[in-house]
Amino acid sequence: MIVAEPKPFAEIKAMVDQAGRVLVIGCGTCVTVCFAGGTKQVAALASALRMATRLGGKEKVIDEAVVERQCEWEYIDPLGARLDNYDLALSLGCGVGVQALAERFPAKRIAPGLNTSFMGLPVKQGEWEERCQACGNCVLDKTGGICPIARCSKQLLNGPCGGSQGGRCEIGHDVPCAWQLIWDRMNALGLRTELMEVEPAKDWSSSRDGGPRRIVRDDLQLPEEYRD
Amino acid sequence: MEAATQLKIVAYCCQFCAYKAADLAGSLRLQYPPELHVVQAPCTGRVDIVEILHAFEEGADGVAVLGCLPGDCHFLQGNLRARKRVEGLKRLLADAGLEPERLEMFNLSSAMGGKFAEYAGTMTERVRRLGPSPLRRGPKGGAA
Repeated sequence: MIVAEPKPFAEIKAMVDQAGRVLVIGCGTCVTVCFAGGTKQVAALASALRMATRLGGKEKVIDEAVVERQCEWEYIDPLGARLDNYDLALSLGCGVGVQALAERFPAKRIAPGLNTSFMGLPVKQGEWEERCQACGNCVLDKTGGICPIARCSKQLLNGPCGGSQGGRCEIGHDVPCAWQLIWDRMNALGLRTELMEVEPAKDWSSSRDGGPRRIVRDDLQLPEEYRD
Repeated sequence: MEAATQLKIVAYCCQFCAYKAADLAGSLRLQYPPELHVVQAPCTGRVDIVEILHAFEEGADGVAVLGCLPGDCHFLQGNLRARKRVEGLKRLLADAGLEPERLEMFNLSSAMGGKFAEYAGTMTERVRRLGPSPLRRGPKGGAA
């Protein structure tokens, strides 16, 4: 899932400063699961903003909405009529949700209430770790299901480097060496010899190096006469 | 002479400990300040942060969350979670510009009627010092 965390309250307060009517919009998918932009976080932020603006002498209307997914037109389209009543939409979605709102409602000012951090998972309650960088060319079959792109600090394809000490990465003792994890797992699977093959330099054109990415699936596209 | 503003402190009390302690305080005929308005909760772990924020938004001068002693929660960790939430909420209240001291968590058992009266006094005294909430609507509030 996409993992995000709330922006500092002061930053959010400054973003809504010029607006008289604000709609705080949460998302019921990834950011709900990581406790950053779900129904409860929307209600808490809206309440705190109402109090802060009242105490600051600039009382605002700050209302709440949550959609199932902010990153799909069919879920955000119903917000259109409601948004007419507000000066600003404060999105508690990920960066995709914020941009979907901006794209669908071009006349409306949109502000982000979260910092989108990474694609990852909750390793335990209250703790999330990055697991995928969406490089566009998955190598997990060769590395025992452990990603050297997302989890190795140097994104090495033929690790580990000399900075691996006692199974830990040199950047910090709380960061496991991805290549130690890969080695241990491949060993346990009896596949150690596969790691002896040298992996050639990665083609990064499928990642961000190739510019903004796009996927077009002809098999899923509607015939011309049915398109919007 | 103008009458003093009647303060309002919302006390979320766990039904297994604080609520019974309040009952015991009554049975023992112990006095505690009338500013305290007791709300029974199945566990302090069930007390929603949004509920507390709304209480302040609606003009509560203080909010107390009273749960079981650490280790004695009927739901194992509800009181411990509640304390973490209260600590987090205090930071949010401070960010919003409201004194975080208006919110506090206390722990006690159902046998501690005297302690309940004491905590009620402590919280009321603290809120009296702070004065009415600036979020109160009306002539006594700062944000009319």
